[in-house]
Amino acid sequence: MNLIQVRYFAGIRERLGRDQELVDAEGIRCASDVWSRVSGALGPVRVLVAINQEYAAMDHPVGPGDEIAFFPPVTGG
Amino acid sequence: MIRVQSDPFDPWQEVAAYQQQSGSLAGRFGATTVFVGSLRDFSQGRQIREMTLEHYAGMTEKHLEKVSREAMTRWDILDALVIHRYGRLKPADPIVLVAVWSAHRDEAFQACRYLIDELKTRAPFWKNEATDAGQRWVVPD
Repeated sequence: MNLIQVRYFAGIRERLGRDQELVDAEGIRCASDVWSRVSGALGPVRVLVAINQEYAAMDHPVGPGDEIAFFPPVTGG
Repeated sequence: MIRVQSDPFDPWQEVAAYQQQSGSLAGRFGATTVFVGSLRDFSQGRQIREMTLEHYAGMTEKHLEKVSREAMTRWDILDALVIHRYGRLKPADPIVLVAVWSAHRDEAFQACRYLIDELKTRAPFWKNEATDAGQRWVVPD
């Protein structure tokens, strides 16, 4: 099976109740496909995406071996 | 240089030590700008007991390296030092240090401002405050 590594941070991690998981890449073309599959009944949230640790848009392609992360707006500094 | 760490640090000692160790800076800089961000004990009407800073290890370092390189190319500066905490912090703890060395003040001020603004809006850190009324995630302005 071709897998995508998915990671969650902060409020999104808490609301999903997990910090990472592996998702089957079958049928997935872009970040928003991954988000639809994993977000379930989360409802509308402000979510940012990073692919392989770089910011990306929701329509950015993802495939097997990629690391994709979903997180809320950042609050460092 | 950038550094992300859970250990507390003294920003003033860090600036002095970095300046001393860096042979390439000696005698060349006429300006040093320093920004230090610290944890307040009061935020949005609540007393803050403690704060936990979550970060995306790996991406944080990559992002800070990238904005540091950008600052070095965009302004005529000699060097930049960025240190950021993660983990559990107490009120009054320094959270972040940005220091910039350059020949003249304009470049140092601008690069320092750019680095802290970029860091605040893009570096993958999330603040969780422990208040008397429970925990909450900080929402950006």
